[in-house]
Amino acid sequence: MEPSKTRKRALHIENIAKRTVFLFSSISVLTTAIVVYILFSESFIFFKEVSIVEFFTSTKWSPTLRPQNFGVLPLLTGTLMIAIGASLIAIPFGLGSAIYLSEYAPKKVRKILKPILEILAGIPSIVYGFFALTVITPLIRVFLPQTQIFNALSASIAVGIMIIPMVASLSEDAMMAVPDSLRKGAYALGSTQLDVVLKVVLPAAISGIGSAFILAISRAIGETMIVAIAAGQSPTFTLNPLNSIQTMTGFMVNISLGDIQHGTIEYQTLFAIGGLLFFMTLSLNILARWIVKKQKEKLG
Amino acid sequence: MSKIIVEDLNFYYGDVQALKDVNMTIEPNEITALIGPSGCGKSTFLRAFNRMNDFIKNTSVDGSIIYDGMNIVDKDIDVVELRMKVGMVFQKPNPLPKSIFENVIYGPKRHGLKKKHLQKELVESSLKQAALWEEVKEDLNKSGFELSGGQQQRLCIARCLSMKPDILLFDEPTSALDPISTMKIEDLLVQLKEHYTIIIVTHSMHQAARISDKTAFFLNGEVIEMGETGEIFSNAKDNRTERYISGKFG
Repeated sequence: MEPSKTRKRALHIENIAKRTVFLFSSISVLTTAIVVYILFSESFIFFKEVSIVEFFTSTKWSPTLRPQNFGVLPLLTGTLMIAIGASLIAIPFGLGSAIYLSEYAPKKVRKILKPILEILAGIPSIVYGFFALTVITPLIRVFLPQTQIFNALSASIAVGIMIIPMVASLSEDAMMAVPDSLRKGAYALGSTQLDVVLKVVLPAAISGIGSAFILAISRAIGETMIVAIAAGQSPTFTLNPLNSIQTMTGFMVNISLGDIQHGTIEYQTLFAIGGLLFFMTLSLNILARWIVKKQKEKLG
Repeated sequence: MSKIIVEDLNFYYGDVQALKDVNMTIEPNEITALIGPSGCGKSTFLRAFNRMNDFIKNTSVDGSIIYDGMNIVDKDIDVVELRMKVGMVFQKPNPLPKSIFENVIYGPKRHGLKKKHLQKELVESSLKQAALWEEVKEDLNKSGFELSGGQQQRLCIARCLSMKPDILLFDEPTSALDPISTMKIEDLLVQLKEHYTIIIVTHSMHQAARISDKTAFFLNGEVIEMGETGEIFSNAKDNRTERYISGKFG
């Protein structure tokens, strides 16, 4: 039987729609692929000039000064200090809020608090950057006068505050995904609410919570604006959070704002650092996804 | 002496009355089956015995359930204490996301049983009582989720038994299980009544007839009839009971 005219037309439109959305999705995948390709091909040029061993072991970073030094360790320790400091703030506060929202807050309170928390996540990071510079740093200097104007501590606190909503929101999702039948079962065995939270809900949601932590850390590593404003621009190999430092992202901002010539080794450092950054956050994100997948398998 | 005495129990979900002047006595070491069509109040009634209704918002209750010399309907009683005495097995098996061992020892551990060898003994005896020991003794560290549905349900029973309860509540414990697992659970319940007082909500008239000593028929929140199971099933006094049991409605 011949399909009717309207049916033919519908099939035709269906086909066009399918191709259009396929095009959109392939463009975004393609863009990503090109970015990754450029990142790695340009880093390759860099590593032809600078040995990988020097890059990862030298403790001096001064690509724009003579003599040039290409040791990424100062930037790496700077980045890690920010990430660790931010985690120390974001994990307890974020997890605490998540526990409250998921287990203790009455429905009405949760309905109000959760959107507010998510709005917090939408504050532009430059605002946090200036908050760090003009509020947190002066406050730190009241207690620790030796603190430098630009310092890792202040920036890491701001980054930590910035990622609290992310930790809270993702952890809360993980805890809400724990089936209520588990809570009921535990209560029926004479558990108190604290027992249920600590011994049932948290263990059941642990992988979701773990992946929330990892994603937040990955976000902290990639955070740029706050550290560019508040952490300083001195790539010193230090673990003292009161000192001025520079992170990998901070360096990239700095160098791209300067008048570095295209094609020079200084210019090429951008891609090497960018590639390393990409590699770090990508592995963390893959790890987080893997952990979530494990959780899904476990809870069936 | 009766184990539990329920007097003039009324229960409301908001404005809707789910239980109307329920009076009942539960005898020790017997299985009491609660039957009736969906929405008749039998599960609400069951949950009143371990206060699981507390988790439902906007409910109210009056009347009394006297157990162990206290009125357990009373807001001031210690529900944690009560639930240690009155265990519950749910419709869908709900093992905790832990090993078999940890599932069974969960309750006693929460209440202070720390010594490893005592824990081991208790886990073994509880699993044996729940007729699961032979199937899992080789691998107690396996996750409770890896067991079959019927095994999970017996694990949930073992988990209650390890608390050394006095009363066991079953809320349609076999409705999610296959016939063979159902039979195992039914056999188990009959064995368990030697040591415990059992109240079971069931949708299956056959189940009630097979295992229970007393049967109570609920309809629209009221107990229409209660008595010896044999009597109820062969010689119901109320016409509605007779019609429900013979499958004319429900």
